[in-house]
Amino acid sequence: MADMPNSPTKMSARNVNVFYGEKQAIKNVSIEVGMDEVTAFIGPSGCGKSTFLRTLNRMNDTVASARVEGEITLDGQDIYSSGMDVVQLRARVGMVFQKPNPFPKTIYENIAYGPRIHGLAGTKADMDVVVEQSLRRAGLWEEVKDRLSDSGTALSGGQQQRLCIGRAIAVQPEVILMDEPCSALDPIATAKIEELIHELRGKYAIVIVTHNMQQAARVSQRTAFFHLGTLVEYGVTSEIFTNPREVRTKDYITGRYG
Amino acid sequence: MTQANSPDRTPTDWTSPVMRKRIARRYAQERRFRLMGLGAVALSAGFLLFLLVSMVSGGLSGFIRTEIKLPIDFPHSPLLIDPAILKSANAERALANANLPAVTSAAAKAAFGAQGGDAILSDSAWVAVKDALIEDPGLLQRQAVIAVPAASDIDLAAKREGSAAAEQIVAQLKGKRALATRLNFGFLTASDGTDPTQVGIWGALKGSLLTMAVTLLLSFPVGVLSAIYLEEYAPRNRWTDLIEVSINNLAAVPSIIFGLLGLAVFLNMWDLPRSAALVGGLTLALMTMPVIVIAGRNAVKAVPPSIRDAALGVGASPVQVVFHHVLPLAMPGILTGTIIGMARALGETAPLLMIGMRAFIASPPGGVTDPATVLPVQIFLWSDEVSHGFVEKTSAAILVLLVFLLAMNGIAIYLRNKFETRW
Repeated sequence: MADMPNSPTKMSARNVNVFYGEKQAIKNVSIEVGMDEVTAFIGPSGCGKSTFLRTLNRMNDTVASARVEGEITLDGQDIYSSGMDVVQLRARVGMVFQKPNPFPKTIYENIAYGPRIHGLAGTKADMDVVVEQSLRRAGLWEEVKDRLSDSGTALSGGQQQRLCIGRAIAVQPEVILMDEPCSALDPIATAKIEELIHELRGKYAIVIVTHNMQQAARVSQRTAFFHLGTLVEYGVTSEIFTNPREVRTKDYITGRYG
Repeated sequence: MTQANSPDRTPTDWTSPVMRKRIARRYAQERRFRLMGLGAVALSAGFLLFLLVSMVSGGLSGFIRTEIKLPIDFPHSPLLIDPAILKSANAERALANANLPAVTSAAAKAAFGAQGGDAILSDSAWVAVKDALIEDPGLLQRQAVIAVPAASDIDLAAKREGSAAAEQIVAQLKGKRALATRLNFGFLTASDGTDPTQVGIWGALKGSLLTMAVTLLLSFPVGVLSAIYLEEYAPRNRWTDLIEVSINNLAAVPSIIFGLLGLAVFLNMWDLPRSAALVGGLTLALMTMPVIVIAGRNAVKAVPPSIRDAALGVGASPVQVVFHHVLPLAMPGILTGTIIGMARALGETAPLLMIGMRAFIASPPGGVTDPATVLPVQIFLWSDEVSHGFVEKTSAAILVLLVFLLAMNGIAIYLRNKFETRW
């Protein structure tokens, strides 16, 4: 893993091991996530890519049996150290989940919730600006501006997922983690999300887990291939897909297994 | 008869007699099941209807009372009172000391016969005379007809449930046009007593209200907080398993045991006032809490984990996740459990007997520490009375209890629908 990202490092993991009880889910993974890049994690089901993604904003803390070893830093600061406030970490490292999961509240409330609990908008007018900006960035504003008080759950699946992305953006994160954000969506909605990822690139460091190798090739600048809990190969996306160094990577991307 | 593409199987003959019979059997099974279900529903609805009809028919007469129009010739009666004092604030006390019972009784004897003429009036008939005088002091200067409550046996006879002798008197009174029936508002405003024409349900109703308030205030917050803690925070280990088993068992403990516990702990150890709504509420809260905990845990468990993830993902703290997202979504389920527990507590008699809420209490409680009784205990006490007049009062009290229960359920359903979120 001598490869270093082209852009400055935002997050880095060194020798990370994750255990679920006795079972080791992640084995000695070291990786750097660039500030202005989209990083894709690919690999067969159960290879640990989602688990690893969830260690990056400590969502694994909610699983009682999960244990993380090694060091993960955000801007050089260890996120598992006692000095790191988990709540603040999750505001800085936002997350979008596999299944769109808007709150069963209005569209406006879905976006406004994060900024409100973090005190990011003082007045109603400020909040209106935050909501509009976030929805614009999520590419949803034109579709929902006239029905902000409708329930977020009444939107279509693709719109819900963009609402979730808008919700993550609203708290001004530095990193956005996306856990297979398109797996529950149809091709058109998927294309819109991918377009959105292109637009968000550079504003936020983005890490995306995906099953879809074409998607990884389309949206990411760097790709990491996981297999059985280990990081097999990590490098520039175009090289991984055209000229993989590892046999396992080659077998996977050519569809021989997975 | 074999097909080219599946040589070893003959094609299924869906029209053969065997197949037809199978289809007929399947339809018969469906019909049978539907009829059985319908029968079960009809049976339970029938029982409910029977209960309601018998309660309403027996209880409604408890809200009506028979009155006797009693002519009183005030100027010639032995009533010694100055008309001026009736206009002052002391009228009540002056009349109470003015020998009104004797005046009333004498008037009755004059009107309905010296032999037992006064026995057809309720013992407290003079109270009606007193109220009439306070309302209109001018009555003192003339002869007046005042409607006073009839004695219990006359009242019953007028409702066609009394003895033959009483029915005869009623017939005579009817002939003299001296009978009247009126809504018995006193039943809703008075308390327990010895004369069935004078008793009311208000004391027990207020006692029930106070007891339920204490129960709700204690069991709801404690139950909901326990449910949330056990579901969202507590680690899964032997201790939490033990607590879970204990709570489930507690919900199944017979209520009389809670009464004994209340007697031993609240009365004997803590020296809390006997027969008080406070102690009743505490005891019933012990009983209701496990029901709320169990329902609350199930409701919290049913909130989709993706909502917790979503809230944690934007940086909500665990407490914010619980109070902003999980609790509102679990509220309908929690309220359903609460209402089941409260309905059970409202109808509970046994534990309250143990802590002394069966005492004869003739005035409504002023607060949670005053001696009180509750509706089901009042029903139990009246059903035990010898006097025949209490039968309809018992049914009427049951009606009040049912209305109370319906009102409580109505509020809960309203709240549940209000909190319910659809997605």
